[in-house]
Amino acid sequence: MADLKVAIKNLEFKNPVLTASGTFGYGPEYEDFFNIDHLGGIIVKGTTLEPREGNPYPRMAETASGMLNAVGLQNKGIDYFIKNIYPRIKGYGTNIIVNVSGSKMEDYLAVVEKLNDLDKIPAIELNISCPNVKQGGMAFGTSCESAAAITKAVREAYNKVLIVKLSPNVTSIADIAKSVEDAGADSVSLINTLLGMAINAETRRPVLSTITGGLSGPAVKPIALRMVWQVAKAVKIPVIGLGGIMSAADAIEFMLAGATAIQVGTANFIDPQISIKIVQGIESYLVRHKLSSVKEIIGGMLC
Amino acid sequence: MKKIIQDFEVEENVCLNNVHYILKLASPSALPEIQPGQFAEVLVPGTTHTFLRRPFSIHDVDPANNSFSFFIKCVGEGSAKLKTLKKGDLLNVMLPLGNSFGVDIKGKALLVGGGCGVAPLYYLAKRLYEKNIEMDILIGAAGKSDVSLISEMEKFGRVHVTTEDGSIGEKGLVTAHSILNNISLYAKIFCCGPEPMMKAVAKLAAANSIACEVSLENTMACGIGACLCCVTDTVDGHKCVCTDGPVFNIKSLKWQI
Repeated sequence: MADLKVAIKNLEFKNPVLTASGTFGYGPEYEDFFNIDHLGGIIVKGTTLEPREGNPYPRMAETASGMLNAVGLQNKGIDYFIKNIYPRIKGYGTNIIVNVSGSKMEDYLAVVEKLNDLDKIPAIELNISCPNVKQGGMAFGTSCESAAAITKAVREAYNKVLIVKLSPNVTSIADIAKSVEDAGADSVSLINTLLGMAINAETRRPVLSTITGGLSGPAVKPIALRMVWQVAKAVKIPVIGLGGIMSAADAIEFMLAGATAIQVGTANFIDPQISIKIVQGIESYLVRHKLSSVKEIIGGMLC
Repeated sequence: MKKIIQDFEVEENVCLNNVHYILKLASPSALPEIQPGQFAEVLVPGTTHTFLRRPFSIHDVDPANNSFSFFIKCVGEGSAKLKTLKKGDLLNVMLPLGNSFGVDIKGKALLVGGGCGVAPLYYLAKRLYEKNIEMDILIGAAGKSDVSLISEMEKFGRVHVTTEDGSIGEKGLVTAHSILNNISLYAKIFCCGPEPMMKAVAKLAAANSIACEVSLENTMACGIGACLCCVTDTVDGHKCVCTDGPVFNIKSLKWQI
């Protein structure tokens, strides 16, 4: 049996496979398909201070080997989460991480303070990279100064593990990663979706109600892999890699590029059991390569 | 009901006319219970342009043989690919998904299907028939070549047809059909078809204070309420067509009717 455990700061994960925010609901949506306890962790839907209705529909466009979404952080707000969802999921035998989103600094801080009190939430993922909201979101994550400022403020308000989710829609993602590391982040996760768009040639209209949306799926994987590699070289904190991971081989590539853990996102829509299959696939890779621990492949690309 | 995901074997794939076909799939094990109005997410084997699963209404279920079918209209790459499947081919399907039609009614039902909107109405008609509920079935289409299932539906109730070009049945839109002159005969209307048609039917139903359910279509990714892509506007805010629907009471929708 190979050892699949990895850690981010003092938080241990039984394996490096997490599910990406916005692609796994809160967990119960997938309970029919496999035992969620066997994952390294789940990152629940982006949660904001106030309830959000999200963007008008249509919100989704299928593209070659991927999809665009413009959901716009639809969620019922942190108080609803604490009252109605947390009691339902806190018994999961895996790490439950809340993705925290917002439009204003004060809103992020208010959410984070409420999450500090939840025993079974050992970490948050600070979302400064949502491309689908008019204010805030990605705006925080596209300059080193604003990314550092919000990370620093949240760091002071939150005493558990702080992961910051980065936007790929920047000139140098490594510079942003260094800024949030210096501001106190325990880890960075990347990439959020790439800004894209789709037009219906017949109707001459945009496919999405918002015209632009976030591209995900295997179409973005080579870009995500390159960015994970660049960021892993630039920072000392653990990197969580995501972007188009569809298989255990994809996950291993991200780890070889320097990721300590990975997230499965869009692939959950194609195969609701894919995340657990990836856990099994990583284990058989380690056995096949005679490796005793998954840690041996982190940053293990040969060149 | 617990959802399942597995490979099903193609039992038959029958072309009905130039655009519609019925794809019948069989399971090696017992099917979960499937209600009229529910749907499935189908993984189309193979091309980069059919990346996501496709949602299809359940057209019919044969529990004794662990088989069910889809009524499919060829509209794009995915449906064209499914049309080429042969007996014995495997297809990965997740089901049953979504809510279902409310079939506990007192009085006569009217089923209105536009184009491939007849897809879920066959299984609904079968269920209503089993429950001894009398029904009329109104099928609307552009022309004769787009009309299917008349003889199949006649097993369950009286079938009426309208076509826009008048090539079969009455000429005009479904909402202009003469049976609707006596709309107050019906206890409930079930409707599935293009959105403008469903809105027109919903308007008639609302004006005559008749209960009405519509089955909506939307672009979906997950099919299980995780991605929140397929929302529609309701009086309670955005709701997922995949889990809160696909069947909605027209009173819950924010349609301008």
